[in-house]
Amino acid sequence: MIRKIVLMGNPNVGKSVVFSRLTGANVIASNYPGTTVDFTKGKMKINGKTVEIIDAPGTYSLEPSNRAEEVALKMLGEADVVINVVDATNLERNLYLTLEILERDVPVIIALNLWDESQHLGIHIDEKKLEETLGIPVVPTVALTGEGIKKLVSRIKEARTSKDVKPTSEEGRWIEIGSIIKNVEQVEHRHHTLRDKISDLTIKPLTGLPIALGIIFFAFWLVRLIGENIITYIFDPIFDNLYMPLVMRLGEWLGPGYLYNFLISQTFGEINFLESLGMLTTGLYVPIAMVLPYIIAFYFMLSILEDTGYLPRLATLVDNIFHKLGMHGVGIIPLFLGLGCNVPGMLATRSFETRKQRFIAATLLSIAVPCMAQTSMIFAIFSKLKIDMIYAPFFYISLVFITLIILYFTAGFILNKFVKGESPEIFLEIPKFRIPHMKTLLKKTWMRMKWFLKDALPWLFFGVFIINLFYTLGIIDWLATAFKPVMVGLFGLPGETSVVLLSGFLRKDLAVGTLLSFPVGTFSAMQLVIVATMLTIFFPCAATFAVLIKELGIKDMIKSAAIMASTAIVVGFLLRIILLGV
Amino acid sequence: MPLTLLPIRRKALIVSLQGGHGFQRKLRVMGIREKQAIEVVSKQPFRGPLTIAIGSCQMTLGRGMAQKILVEVS
Repeated sequence: MIRKIVLMGNPNVGKSVVFSRLTGANVIASNYPGTTVDFTKGKMKINGKTVEIIDAPGTYSLEPSNRAEEVALKMLGEADVVINVVDATNLERNLYLTLEILERDVPVIIALNLWDESQHLGIHIDEKKLEETLGIPVVPTVALTGEGIKKLVSRIKEARTSKDVKPTSEEGRWIEIGSIIKNVEQVEHRHHTLRDKISDLTIKPLTGLPIALGIIFFAFWLVRLIGENIITYIFDPIFDNLYMPLVMRLGEWLGPGYLYNFLISQTFGEINFLESLGMLTTGLYVPIAMVLPYIIAFYFMLSILEDTGYLPRLATLVDNIFHKLGMHGVGIIPLFLGLGCNVPGMLATRSFETRKQRFIAATLLSIAVPCMAQTSMIFAIFSKLKIDMIYAPFFYISLVFITLIILYFTAGFILNKFVKGESPEIFLEIPKFRIPHMKTLLKKTWMRMKWFLKDALPWLFFGVFIINLFYTLGIIDWLATAFKPVMVGLFGLPGETSVVLLSGFLRKDLAVGTLLSFPVGTFSAMQLVIVATMLTIFFPCAATFAVLIKELGIKDMIKSAAIMASTAIVVGFLLRIILLGV
Repeated sequence: MPLTLLPIRRKALIVSLQGGHGFQRKLRVMGIREKQAIEVVSKQPFRGPLTIAIGSCQMTLGRGMAQKILVEVS
């Protein structure tokens, strides 16, 4: 009886794509090793019976060298059947894991994936012979297009343990692999293609660094361009022309009173999506018209970077810098993911080998990396709030980000000196470049957008409700007065800052949003810079905090939190002296 | 000679691996094994990592690791 099927294989062979094909469920797949760091469960039907199917993180062998690989090993123990996804372009290396799995007493079927790619590269594999030699079913697949998946499903019931593979030593396995390869594989001699040449250019320091700077600059330019245009041409017109009349009619029908104040606006008859603080006005406008467009833009850009396979090349180029921060080049991946949302960023730190690397990566992420929800709100307050500004909004926004960049490096440098443990060298596979499919890019963006809406909308709704309630009950004024001595004394900021920092526990975009609730002029532009920066450093949001505890454990989490709080105080104080001059 | 001394894009064969048993296994499961043809694709400056090619596969590894891979120009 098959109850549990586990997908296993080397990193970046397309397990997650096979998983999506089998279950119809959507999981994030990319073109770099280590996209899946945790297992994903799904269901599929075989002969009318529902079975559970699990997408395990990739591993090169059954002797794990990081947390993600440990997860994979655990999954193997629970499997009734293993679908071993094998990279046809790299058969020799992939077979090591295959033999290790076959030595265990578990039925296996092989999906010989990236079949089209191997043909392209002039690698010819006789899959029938491979099937005979190993004594288990072998099905060539192209998971990206779905080719061969039907056949794979129909043959799952044929999965079996191998009679020919006996437990042996590491050396024994290599000898066996050598003889298998000789038997089943033929490789044509191949010339340097254009793709190889581009790949070389992106990884050689002289050409690679300028290309990297260009790509990063272009990526963020693209995010702003897409984000702003979605706001200007889609969401603002919808809210102003379609939604406004609806809300106004609802308001007339409700008449003045608490309900009106909570749902629509604090002042009767005046509706401003930015400042009214009603659940149906600001509560909807902030997440949908201000944050969502940038989320869409960011994840579209990130999907391109992920699916082309560029990120590991970037990791190679920045390896030196990241060693100074106690990590290695792979640290660029949690950093990039964290710019979207800190939660996946934290999870990505699992591909590090040691505790020291994970601790530094996770701490720096919560200290100095604002998520896209927060970033979009920082853009918004400086460009939309009508405060007196001496310089252009871009100047103030840059101040926030320059401070955070300096902080990322300084804090990393210091942590590297004081955190005990080892920072091993980088060891990372560089995937082949692939041209991403538009459909896949849009699908990935759509999935991540849905997560944001599912996560953010309820919280922001709840947040606006709480703030309204606190206003009505006078708690906001009380907090502002109570914390005034600290805020003014230490940071030169109004007492209201405490409300902003406290709501940052819930969500960072909500926290920046609370700035909208204070009368214009409560904060000067420079004070807003300090608040926005401290908000990033001070403490992670609830969701990130939960992951941080899980990843680091309570003890390290407390250390990390202490570092965050003290850094926020130091940086806040320094900024006060530099920016406010008092 | 150690891989670090191999000029870029010069074809060579891996002669032997040094270092601890666990380290050697880690290299082998990634495809870095004795008698395999190997090339250096790029070297990052300031003792940064090397990117190497074995078969149709490329990977980046630190200088210290590369030092422990002994090769022979073929």
